[in-house]
Amino acid sequence: MMKQLAAGAAGLVFGIGLWVSGMADPRKVIGFLDVTGAWDASLALVMGGAVVATLAGFRIVKQRAKPLFDERFHLPTRKDIDLPLVAGAALFGMGWGIAGYCPGPALTALATLSAEALVFVAAMVAGGLLQRAIFRPA
Amino acid sequence: MHDFTPVPALIGGALIGLASVWLLAANGRIAGVSNILHGLFEQPVPAWRAWFIGGLLVAGVAWQFATGPVPLREGFPLGWAAAAGLLVGFGTRLGSGCTSGHGVCGLGRLSARSLVAVATFMATGAIAVYLMRHVLKVAS
Repeated sequence: MMKQLAAGAAGLVFGIGLWVSGMADPRKVIGFLDVTGAWDASLALVMGGAVVATLAGFRIVKQRAKPLFDERFHLPTRKDIDLPLVAGAALFGMGWGIAGYCPGPALTALATLSAEALVFVAAMVAGGLLQRAIFRPA
Repeated sequence: MHDFTPVPALIGGALIGLASVWLLAANGRIAGVSNILHGLFEQPVPAWRAWFIGGLLVAGVAWQFATGPVPLREGFPLGWAAAAGLLVGFGTRLGSGCTSGHGVCGLGRLSARSLVAVATFMATGAIAVYLMRHVLKVAS
């Protein structure tokens, strides 16, 4: 139960961070990506503030033998830069730029009941399932 | 420079980073929202994933409760929202992460894979906005 509560708290604080920072507003995201037009640099500081926290925090956390509520750390181990990584990131970026939503902001924006967030999230789930159907491991 | 809001951006960013540090410290997990979401549709579903997504939803409700209704974007074509959602869902699963998993967490772990992913999605995101806003002139 502690794992669930800890994850719920993480999602809550993460989501509040998205709202405070302005990232939950797709217009703000598009303003950041609009480098040739009315550029708004704010989101560079969102990413910057977050990465400063993870750079420092992860370093401290990884000195521990194991997490508080689990037997081990579940960290990605791959180091290779391959085509799926780059192609996937490229496709994701296109979708991000088109609508101004990445997964976190889209999910927390569901709470506004806006039609565009609902449509986006439904399509995002479908896109993930489509990827799995195509690339299902043999 | 338009609508630059450095202070809320830094505070909000720090909250996002701290939440990610907490998830690693507590559960040993990376706070990658796309991976957590896609994992909800695999068997068995670890309950912590649903709780994390639930936390994101509660944050949206709580924010509106505290600050009042948020001004929503109007007139963005739903067909484009659907196309974008498909690209984001497909792309994040193929590329193993999004702005949080590769951006906030991957960069914090000094992962070269994540750095490549971030540079790639920032670049294609900027290209997509250029095309949408300045070539196709779709309202956003």
